[in-house]
Amino acid sequence: MAEEMVPVYIMGKLYEVPAGLTIMKAMEYAGYRLIRGVGCRGGFCGACATVYRIANDPKLYVGLACQTIVQPGMYLAQIPFFPAEKALYDINQLKPEPETIFKLYPQVLRCLGCGTCTKSCPQELDVRAYMAAAMRGDIARVADLSFDCIMCGLCSARCPAEEPQYNIAILCRRLYGKYLAPRSKHLEERLREIQEGKFDEEMKKIKSLSVDELKKLYSARDIEPE
Amino acid sequence: MSYTPEMRESIKKVEATRPYRLHNDFPPMSLQEREEILRKFHPDYIEDKMRPIRVGVSKGQRMPLELADVMEGKPRIDPDKFDLSEVDYETDVLVIGGGGAGAAAALMAQEHGAKVILATKLRFGDANTMMAQGGIQAADKPNDSPVIHYLDVVGGGHFVNIPDLVEALVMDAPFVISWLESLGMMFDKEPDGTMRTQHGGGTSRKRMHSARDYSGAEIMRTLRDEVRNRYQDITVLEFSPAIELILDENGQCAGAILMNLETGEHLIVKAKCTVLATGGSGRLHYQGFPTTNHYGATADGLVIGYRAGVPLIFLDTMQYHPTGAAYPEQIVGLLVTEKVRGLGAQVLNVDGEQFVFPREPRDVESAAIIRECVERKKGVKTPSGMCGVWLDSPMIDILHGPGTIQRELPAMVRQFKRFGIDITKEPILVYPTLHYQNGGLQYNVDGSTVVPNLFAAGEVTGGVHGRNRLMGNSLLDVLVFGRRAGTSAALRSKEVKLGRLTLDHVRQWIRELKEAGIEPKVESPILLPDYTRKVK
Ligand SMILES: Cc1cc2nc3c(=O)[nH]c(=O)nc-3n(C[C@H](O)[C@H](O)[C@H](O)COP(=O)(O)OP(=O)(O)OC[C@H]3O[C@@H](n4cnc5c(N)ncnc54)[C@H](O)[C@@H]3O)c2cc1C
Ligand code: FES
Repeated sequence: MAEEMVPVYIMGKLYEVPAGLTIMKAMEYAGYRLIRGVGCRGGFCGACATVYRIANDPKLYVGLACQTIVQPGMYLAQIPFFPAEKALYDINQLKPEPETIFKLYPQVLRCLGCGTCTKSCPQELDVRAYMAAAMRGDIARVADLSFDCIMCGLCSARCPAEEPQYNIAILCRRLYGKYLAPRSKHLEERLREIQEGKFDEEMKKIKSLSVDELKKLYSARDIEPE
Repeated sequence: MSYTPEMRESIKKVEATRPYRLHNDFPPMSLQEREEILRKFHPDYIEDKMRPIRVGVSKGQRMPLELADVMEGKPRIDPDKFDLSEVDYETDVLVIGGGGAGAAAALMAQEHGAKVILATKLRFGDANTMMAQGGIQAADKPNDSPVIHYLDVVGGGHFVNIPDLVEALVMDAPFVISWLESLGMMFDKEPDGTMRTQHGGGTSRKRMHSARDYSGAEIMRTLRDEVRNRYQDITVLEFSPAIELILDENGQCAGAILMNLETGEHLIVKAKCTVLATGGSGRLHYQGFPTTNHYGATADGLVIGYRAGVPLIFLDTMQYHPTGAAYPEQIVGLLVTEKVRGLGAQVLNVDGEQFVFPREPRDVESAAIIRECVERKKGVKTPSGMCGVWLDSPMIDILHGPGTIQRELPAMVRQFKRFGIDITKEPILVYPTLHYQNGGLQYNVDGSTVVPNLFAAGEVTGGVHGRNRLMGNSLLDVLVFGRRAGTSAALRSKEVKLGRLTLDHVRQWIRELKEAGIEPKVESPILLPDYTRKVK
């Protein structure tokens, strides 16, 4: 049976590719050996941001090339790199307070709240909502709402106010993780125990066991219930 | 793109057995049963898919055919014509590879006073580390200890792990978690700060720490951000893979030759110490398996490290992750994280019956799935002719309450939703996929190798996981040994005196190939797989 083929335009040039391929595989089918615009091939790294339009539809769409299936009449353009501003800082010198955001990213206050970013996010994050939280200085909220960000840069690329949303988001996540998240007492306790040498004797012993002795111990392990 | 009518019929049987399965897990195998099923069904045990390597310090060691061909490849440069006299960059520490191990090494080297260059093949962070979903192990709960962790590691690894490396792994683990937190990584926690931890395959305690199912991404983007903030001491070179190491006349490592991936231009980096952190090799598609790995996982570090004289270990064992996507076609091979089983999803055949304990070590779980499909013919067929078994994700919400899947596994939900499958309501079709390189370059607890001033860390190395790595121990491995290698390299760089730069080892390699009568099949390192359709 002949494969069903669909026409797509890669950087404006027409190719016929099999239906059902992702944009990334369609480009390879067309003969491109990818260097830019490809990384994990699994929707995690944000290297493959793509903007496209479909014939007879004025709307601009966005997607990840490795996760989006080709449609007939797609006009494709890759955005493998976007020069958004990233503030440089020493995380140890920062305070987890609103002023930190405003000082490092004064442009946050210029956000128009238009929501183009939210429409552009291939992860379907509510970017506008976290930007609004950033304007209020609500670090914890930004951290939570932006958590699934893969930093592909599409929000910035489409933003009329030239905001570096994803860089503001990671600043807030780091501030949250370092300063605002509740501390783990059991972790601190374990660090202390290891430093005091609590496990040294036992460790020496288990390292010296023969394979047969280890096997016996291993088979007799008690497994923590679900 | 949602399931076919035949698949839906099978899903009805899956639904029918849920009430029973709520209280009944399939029993785990004994060590002897494990051995048997591995021997009969695991890809590592297929004799004619492996061969010994014919040259180099580990001559005679077996490895997959595809890897042996790449390892015996022809260097990309001609050592007789290559001019080493014009050095482009000089630095204390050169880190090769911009994944988790490389980033950790760069940060620690910088903290110990070194000027660092981090050279990587694609973008910084385009790496297997970015893709890890499930989590990272550390024995930090009161009912757990590094010694219990040790036993799990060596039992999972078939008792051949190198004890000193395992000790370093489990004893450093809680410090790594604490380090990540100090950099601002967000772990999943209870409101009182207690880490929310889960089981993984082969664990006897719930010690898998996670950041939703973006655990690796959260680690990678945090480390990357920190590296970028230290720009005054760490220079990042993207799209600049290393294609050969450089030694000096006294046999010490002295840097590397990089290649600009876009222009083909060569760059010479002279470094007092070098850290190899290039990751794994899933893109070699051993035995034709699909892979979970990122685009640049092509064994480059193994190739150039071996040519420089670092011995290999355990490369005859690869990890096939039991649950790669088998449907839909567009994402075949992509990882379905083990956390899905960790949270209670069971593995079922076409009739909705369990046939294996859901949390066996990975090699055993994979072998059992292959047996169910190949020998017992109880798999589910897909339109493209693949076979798979069900992973019953909806059990998670039944066990832990509605909303759990969405909260714990947002990446998975999103991944399948893009193709019209709702994993909170329907099971996932899975089959083993090539996931991890258990073995690699031999190294010591401080990250050093037998070649002076050459260090190695992460998936490119072998020994700590024995013949099978457990989930969550690799993210741990790359950070434990990335940190150690970076620290050692920085300290060592203060004493290093380099002599004249040479490529004699490459010349020697070419001579050995010729003497062994080998006509190389490829130029290596291969840098990227070639998926282009061959156009006329
Ligand atoms: C989908 C997936 C899920 C996983 N889930 C988990 C999990 O839940 N828990 C866990 O513990 N482990 C997990 N792992 C395994 C773990 O993520 C990896 O083993 C680990 O991150 C490897 O880290 P690394 O730094 O050694 O290599 P990588 O992170 O792969 O980084 C290597 C880097 O080196 C670069 N490079 C390669 N060749 C060259 C060259 N010639 N010159 C310069 N640079 C080069 C690469 O481009 C890459 O950036 C998972 C792996 C995958 C693929
Ligand atoms: S290649 Fe990584 S998100 Fe598409």
